[in-house]
Amino acid sequence: MRHRKTGRKLGRTAAHRRALKRNLAEAIFRHERVKTTLAKAKEIRPYVEKLITLSRRDTVHARRMFARDIQDRKLIQRVFSEIGPRYQNRPGGYTRVLKLGTRHGDGAEMAIIELVERSPVIEAERST
Amino acid sequence: MAVPKRRTSKSRRDKRRTHWVLNAPATNPCPKCAKPRLPHRVCPHCGYYKDNQVLEVKES
Ligand SMILES: [Zn+2]
Repeated sequence: MRHRKTGRKLGRTAAHRRALKRNLAEAIFRHERVKTTLAKAKEIRPYVEKLITLSRRDTVHARRMFARDIQDRKLIQRVFSEIGPRYQNRPGGYTRVLKLGTRHGDGAEMAIIELVERSPVIEAERST
Repeated sequence: MAVPKRRTSKSRRDKRRTHWVLNAPATNPCPKCAKPRLPHRVCPHCGYYKDNQVLEVKES
């Protein structure tokens, strides 16, 4: 029985799932907007939100907790200096999931997961 | 072993299949471009969702 068991397996082993979550979280921090399947977007959301909450308080401890999941030092710096401060006054809900409809090939429901207040710099890069 | 006594007639077989129907998905007109769009999805025609929130540029 799967009573009260939460979380999706996404057809992967535990290690593969963990790697996927980390990779997707990294992509979201880098690009601020990522297109994936709806299932992955929903699965990743609470994980990314917890990481952002960590990044709101810039202490050595918070950075180390964050670095357990994301090792890229430059990225950690960027998240703590740009993304964390942006959400000082937002009590969670830093991300938004937009449904896009189904994908050709396997009919998977696609979605965009994006940060709620995106950096104008990254937005400009996208449009060029 | 349990086994059918009679072959299913064409009539009976076809009557059983009267409930095999597909329904078109429910769509709503897009508030921006008025083309049919699935509810709670970004409009595939104009790329808008809610308050003129433009997403994904249309190609071709
Ligand atoms: Zn539209």
